[in-house]
Amino acid sequence: MSDAILRVNNLQTQFQTRNGVLKAVDGVSFEVGRGRILGLVGESGSGKSVTGYSILGLIEAPGEVAGGEVLLKGQDLTRLKGEAMRRVRGAQIAMVFQDPMMTLNPVLKIGTQMIAAVRAHDKVSRKVAWGRARDALAKVGIPSPEERLDAYPHQLSGGMRQRVAIAIALLHSPAVIIADEPTTALDVSIQGQILAEVRRLADETGTAFVWVTHDLAVVSSLADDICVMYAGRVVETGAAADVIASPRHPYTAGLLASVPAEHEPGERLPQVPGSTPSLADLPPGCAFAPRCFKAGPACTTTPPVQTFADGRSALCHYPIEPVSCQPLSSTSTTYRSAS
Amino acid sequence: MSAALLDIDHVSKRFVKRPSLGERIAGLLGAGRKTEIVRAVSDVSLTVRKGEVVGLVGESGCGKSTLGRIIAGIYAPSDGKVLFGNAPVAKEQGRRTEKLTTQVQMVHQDPFASLNPRMRIGDTVAEGPVTHNIVKARDADAYVADMLGRVGLDPSYRRRFPHQFSGGQRQRIAIARALAMKPDLLVLDEPVASLDVSIQAQVLNLFMDLRQDLDLTAIFISHDLGVVRHVSDRVAIMYLGRIVELAPTAELYAAPNHPYTKALFESVPRVGVGRKDFRPIAGEIPSPLHPPNGCHFHPRCPLAGPRCKREAPALSAIGPGRASACHLNGGGTD
Ligand SMILES: Nc1ncnc2c1ncn2[C@@H]1O[C@H](COP(=O)(O)OP(=O)(O)OP(=O)(O)O)[C@@H](O)[C@H]1O
Ligand SMILES: Nc1ncnc2c1ncn2[C@@H]1O[C@H](COP(=O)(O)OP(=O)(O)O)[C@@H](O)[C@H]1O
Ligand code: SF4
Ligand code: SF4
Ligand SMILES: [Mg+2]
Ligand SMILES: [Mg+2]
Repeated sequence: MSDAILRVNNLQTQFQTRNGVLKAVDGVSFEVGRGRILGLVGESGSGKSVTGYSILGLIEAPGEVAGGEVLLKGQDLTRLKGEAMRRVRGAQIAMVFQDPMMTLNPVLKIGTQMIAAVRAHDKVSRKVAWGRARDALAKVGIPSPEERLDAYPHQLSGGMRQRVAIAIALLHSPAVIIADEPTTALDVSIQGQILAEVRRLADETGTAFVWVTHDLAVVSSLADDICVMYAGRVVETGAAADVIASPRHPYTAGLLASVPAEHEPGERLPQVPGSTPSLADLPPGCAFAPRCFKAGPACTTTPPVQTFADGRSALCHYPIEPVSCQPLSSTSTTYRSAS
Repeated sequence: MSAALLDIDHVSKRFVKRPSLGERIAGLLGAGRKTEIVRAVSDVSLTVRKGEVVGLVGESGCGKSTLGRIIAGIYAPSDGKVLFGNAPVAKEQGRRTEKLTTQVQMVHQDPFASLNPRMRIGDTVAEGPVTHNIVKARDADAYVADMLGRVGLDPSYRRRFPHQFSGGQRQRIAIARALAMKPDLLVLDEPVASLDVSIQAQVLNLFMDLRQDLDLTAIFISHDLGVVRHVSDRVAIMYLGRIVELAPTAELYAAPNHPYTKALFESVPRVGVGRKDFRPIAGEIPSPLHPPNGCHFHPRCPLAGPRCKREAPALSAIGPGRASACHLNGGGTD
C-alpha cells in the first residue's frame, strides 16, 4: 500500500532497567491508510502500548525511541522535539487511552476541557470552540451533547466518558488516532456501540485508526488490517479477514485455535503451552520457539520476515501453508437468534 | 435428574451506598446526593443439581459477583434464603456474616488481589484445610503438593510467593486453594477474564478436567458468552440484579428467548464472523441505584410496550427447563 498516512518503520523502543536494556519494541513496522482501521493485537506485555506511546512521542526516561521512523504523511515524528511535537500531537495525530480519565480532568466540566482542547491548536473564539465541541460529541453518538458539555466526568458512565475521550481526539480531524484498548474496560453492549461508531467515523471522516487490543473478536469485527505482536516484535500482518481465516504464523494460529466460541461446547481446547516470556530473558532466535508446535532446527536463529504474494507477512522460519478452504465463519456455530 | 444440591430461594441483596469522595465534592458544588440503596440482586431463585455447571452471565454491575458471594456464604442475603444440602450457607451475626459451610468455595474475580503477597503459596493453600481439620498440620505439605499437582503446577512451587507467578499460574493457585477445602460446590467468579487468550484455554481445560475427575458442581460467572457456552450445562442471564432468562446451554444459544439475551448475542463481536457484523444494543445500562420501573430492560428494549413500564415480568417457564422474564411470553406488552 503506497498511500499510507502513517508508516512505522523498524521502530525500536528500549527501557534502561537495573538488569540492563529492555527491548520493549524491537523492530516494529506497519502502515495504515486513510479511513482504514489497523488492529494491533497481542497479549499483555507484548509491546502494544509502548508502540502507541512511541508513535506519539510520549516515551519518557528511562525509556527512549532508539531507532526507526514514524512517518506521518511523510514527516518523521521521531525527529520532532518538544514544542514541534506538541503541535502535531492532538492536531494531526491523537491518542485514546484505556482509561478515559487519562484524558479527562475530574474537576473540570467536559465543555471547559473540550474548549481548551480546541483552542490549544486553533485560535478561535470560545463560542466557536463550544460549537465544535458539541459537534464532536454528536459525532460519537452522545445524546443531548449540550447537556453533557455542562457535566463533570464523574457524572457520566464509563462508556460515555470513553466516547468523550474519542470526541476530544476527533476535535482537530486528525489523520490518525491511536486507541489503546479503549473498550477493554467496557461492557459488551457499550463496546458494540463504540465499535460501530468508530467504524462509521473511519469510513466517513477518513481518519485512520490504530486500534490496540488483545481481543481477536474485536479486531475481527472492526479492523481492515491486522498486525500481531509477540514479545516486542510484529509476527504477522495482513488483511484481517485473511489472517483470521488462515493464519500463517504459529502464534497467531495458536491464539485463534484457543478461542472457545470456535469449538464444540465441552471439547478440549487446543492450548498454547507455556506462558508469555519475560522480555528480560527471551530465548535466543525466535522468541516463540519454546511454545511453538512447528519449531525446527533453524528456530534458534532470528527468523526472517517472509512476505507473501497477497501482501501478508510472517516473522517465521516455517510459516504455515495457507488453507484455501472456507473462512471460519461458515464452519463454526454462531450465536444468532433464530428469528 | 438428581436432587437439588443448592437452592436459592427469592434472594435479594441491598447495599447502602455512601457518597464517594467525588460525589461529596460535587455535593459541595450543589449537585447534592444522600445515602442511597443499591439493589445488587433482586428476587433471584435458582436450583442447582449435583454435578451441574451453571453459567452466570451479564454485564458489569448486574449482580453476578454479589450473587456468587451470597452462594458462597460470604454475604448474607437481605431477603430470601440459600440452602446447600438443606442447610443455610451463612447466618447474620449482628453486622458480620458468618459462613456456615466449607463445602462451598469461591475463586475470586481478581487472582492478583486474592492471594496474600507475603505468604508462601504452600501456606496459602494449606491454611483453610488445616484450620478446618480437613488435613492434619503434619500432613499439610504433602497435601498441598498433591493439590498443586492437580492444577498442573510443579509441587516444588509451594515455597514461592505470589509475585513469582504469572496470571495464569496465580489463577491455578486460587483454584488449588479452593479445591483443598474439598468443596462440593465451587463458585468461580470470572476465572479467565484477566488472563491472556493463550492462557485462558489452559485454565478452561483444567476446569473441565477437574470437573470430570472430581464430579464438581459449579457456578461459573463470566461476561464472556463464548466461555460460558463452552463450560456450562445451563446458563442464567442476569440484567440489573434479576435473572431474565434461564435455559440449558445449547437451547439458549440456538434460540434465545428474552429480548435482552437476543440483543446481547447480536452485539458481541465474534472471531470469524467478519467486519461490521454486529448490532449494538442502544442506550446505556441503567444504574442499579435507580433501576427503571417495570421491566428493567424496557428503556433499551426494541419491543417494549406500555405494560413493560408498569409491571415487572416474572421469570416464568416457557418450556421444559426454560424460563424467561418477558411479557411477550404471556399477556403481551399492552
Ligand atoms: N459491598 C458493596 N457495597 C455497595 N455496593 C456494592 C457492593 N458490592 C457490590 N455493590 C454494587 O452492587 C451491584 C452489583 O455488583 P456486582 O459486583 O455483583 O456486579 P458484577 O455483575 O459482578 O459486575 P462485574 O462484571 O463488574 O464484576 C453494583 O452496582 C455494585 O456497585
Ligand atoms: N516505563 C517502563 N519502564 C520499564 N519497562 C516498561 C515501561 N513501560 C513498559 N515497559 C515494558 O515494556 C513491555 C511492553 O509493555 P506494553 O507496551 O505496555 O505492553 P502491552 O501494551 O502490549 O500490554 C513490557 O515488558 C513492559 O513491562
Ligand atoms: S520461527 Fe520457528 S519457533 Fe518461531 S514461530 Fe516460526 S516455526 Fe515457530
Ligand atoms: S417485558 Fe417488555 S421491555 Fe421487558 S424485555 Fe419483554 S418486551 Fe422488552
Ligand atoms: Mg497496554
Ligand atoms: Mg463481578
